[in-house]
Amino acid sequence: MRRMMVAFIALMLLALPAAHAVLPDEIMSDPAKEARARELSRELRCMVCQNQSIDDSDAPLARDLRLLVRERIAAGDSNAQVLDFLVARYGEFVLLKPRFERQTLLLWLLGPLLLIGGGLALWLQIRRRSRSGVDVPTSPLTPDEEARLAALMSDDTKSSELRKAT
Amino acid sequence: MIAESGHYALVLALGLALIQSTVPLIGARLGDVALMNVARSTALAQLLFVGASFVALVMLHVNSDFSVANVYENSHSMKPLLYKITGVWGNHEGSMLLWVSILALFGGLVASFGNNLPLSLRAHVLAVQAWIASAFYLFILVTSNPFLRIANPPIEGRDLNPVLQDIGLAVHPPMLYLGYVGFSISFSFAIAALMEGRIDAAWARWVRPWTLVAWIFLTLGIAMGSYWAYYELGWGGWWFWDPVENASLMPWLAGTALLHSALVMEKRNALKVWTILLSILTFSLSLLGTFLVRSGVITSVHAFATDPTRGVFILLILCLFIGGSLALFAGRATSLKQGGLFAPISREGALVLNNLLLTVACAVVLFGTLYPLAMEMLADFKMSVGAPFYNLTFAPLFAMLLLAVPFGPMLAWKRGDLLGVTQRLLAAGVAGLVVIAITWAWVRGGSALAPLAIGLGVFVIAGAVTDIVERTGLVRLPFATVLHRARGLPRSAWGTAFAHAGLGVALIGIVCETTWNSEYIATMKPNDIAHVAGYDLKLDGLLQRQGPNYREMIAEFKISRDGEALTVMAPSKRSFTTRGSSTTEAALLTRGASQLYVSLGDATAEGAIAVRIYYKPMVLLIWWGPVLMAFGGVLSLSDRRLRVGAPKPARAKQRLQPAE
Repeated sequence: MRRMMVAFIALMLLALPAAHAVLPDEIMSDPAKEARARELSRELRCMVCQNQSIDDSDAPLARDLRLLVRERIAAGDSNAQVLDFLVARYGEFVLLKPRFERQTLLLWLLGPLLLIGGGLALWLQIRRRSRSGVDVPTSPLTPDEEARLAALMSDDTKSSELRKAT
Repeated sequence: MIAESGHYALVLALGLALIQSTVPLIGARLGDVALMNVARSTALAQLLFVGASFVALVMLHVNSDFSVANVYENSHSMKPLLYKITGVWGNHEGSMLLWVSILALFGGLVASFGNNLPLSLRAHVLAVQAWIASAFYLFILVTSNPFLRIANPPIEGRDLNPVLQDIGLAVHPPMLYLGYVGFSISFSFAIAALMEGRIDAAWARWVRPWTLVAWIFLTLGIAMGSYWAYYELGWGGWWFWDPVENASLMPWLAGTALLHSALVMEKRNALKVWTILLSILTFSLSLLGTFLVRSGVITSVHAFATDPTRGVFILLILCLFIGGSLALFAGRATSLKQGGLFAPISREGALVLNNLLLTVACAVVLFGTLYPLAMEMLADFKMSVGAPFYNLTFAPLFAMLLLAVPFGPMLAWKRGDLLGVTQRLLAAGVAGLVVIAITWAWVRGGSALAPLAIGLGVFVIAGAVTDIVERTGLVRLPFATVLHRARGLPRSAWGTAFAHAGLGVALIGIVCETTWNSEYIATMKPNDIAHVAGYDLKLDGLLQRQGPNYREMIAEFKISRDGEALTVMAPSKRSFTTRGSSTTEAALLTRGASQLYVSLGDATAEGAIAVRIYYKPMVLLIWWGPVLMAFGGVLSLSDRRLRVGAPKPARAKQRLQPAE
């Protein structure tokens, strides 16, 4: 609810030796490798934070992970290998973008399925309604409603007559 | 005495709410006008008592009465007055009191301005409001009493969390709550309609202004929170797809859908059942948000509220209201008559598409937020869902939505001419394509997505402009006629154009910021110069200063561009002694819609300091967009149709009034 507050508090609890995400001494000398490291960092979760990537987080653990990622890149790992290495170590929890597999099938497919399903349902409904006739049968007015309508109509004529008179 | 009075006022408010939740309903069953009118007085009295209770808590905080646990835990005698006041809702108990105060405020507003509502509808609406209020009063009184005393009062308080000591706290939570809680009105109207078993176009006309008010506040509240995070957290992030943020985004998505479906219902008497369902879902998502944040279910470690009794209590409220309302809906919805027919290609059709896309987007966010919780509980599988997931799933849905946005307002009701509208939008489409080509050429390769998205943003803005141009006859009619027609145009048409253009503006800001953001991270010593995006930042020196309840270290940077001195930026780092924690105060330099952003890290022993400098092109558009949207909402709200055109029910009483 107070969306930032929790994030703030989570952050503050972790940030006592405050530092800001990537620190100057972590940066790799090869800009291409550093860019890869940043890209990977954004997909990895700082496991002690609330939904923060290690790229954003100040936590010491995030720093350790950032250094680890850079170490693996320096050792010549591909991006996929780095991710595999971290998943083997810390589990799927470390991935901010869950892998497409049995447990996450529903999560990934929900959006497209809902869109297609919803679209299909709407299309069918429109077809059914247009086939079933020009208009939906409307129920006739109840005596009560008739009376109110009559009252309204007479009201209207009276007021327009009055308007004419003035 | 103040604390006890506040507590007692809250108990009285609960009593009033209990009366309000039953007596008017009995009145409606018996057709007793006096009993139905009870709702009006109790709603106003409730507002009075909750207001008194809230004022009592504010006074306790302002007086620094540390014999009250809530004040002791969240305040400090040296804290500036503004933060003493805002600190009232900077904690669990106080924020719940704010929640019910706003709920009572909305109840009071319906009671005072709902004179044109049919009596039994008003009685039902206020009774449902009172059910919600009773549940939350009970929650506060049983689990989160802000007026609890401490037996041996300490001399000094523990201070408010430093990150919350910011003007953002003064604005963001109240705005957000006005949004969340505002949706309770459309919820109450929906339940009342289901209970009465009747609903018509007039119903939508009563509900729409309330929904619009809530939506405006929620839009501004979310934008405000995002900007607060941007400048306060110190790395320039403005949206994190954090569950707590998602909790505010979901009601916004559902509320936006509701706003549009209520339009169809009001104008064409169609989509009734769906509008009712959306009203229920929107407020349910607000309640879910309250639950997610207040129960601490998202993070067991860091969220404020980790007390399980609170969590279980809110879960009960949640189940009761969401389950109950959906059950009522399932039972009664079929009795509601279906309304006007329309061809798939029509204004209604476009609004249905809008609803489909917004609801799916909302479902994706809901799923992304709850799926990890469910997997951990059911399958013992720990996983995360973060920004990269939403970028892949949420973004395409919104791209589709934005592509359709310019078409909606230009299609005719009942049966539209897609080809004709496409021709009329040709200029807007060309504008979009030209911008894509220019951006593409300018960045020379790189990500193809960014130019496309910017083109989409331009198309949306140009589409909104085209709509107004068409309606006023600009270009083809003489200027005086255009002016006359512009004045005659319903405010809601202007509102639509502004709100839709706001979407495009925000999109352009988001794309520019994420794609062309440049950063510079280094350890700097005095007289070092950093070069970022054409700006030279020279670190002049570091100095220390004592604030009211903190010490701060300030770094002064001289900013210049092409040798021309511009200004001095002074980011700082504050250490709060009482809590032993610190905050970064970033310095911002605004140039047009772009910003230069400087924040500080730790100082080293050799007198150097870690510095993060960003240049964020077009970043302000991200928040100007929502401001435009809210402005559009305000315009629409001021529309004659909603202001005076509210339908007067044909009642016997009115026949006695003079005709003119």
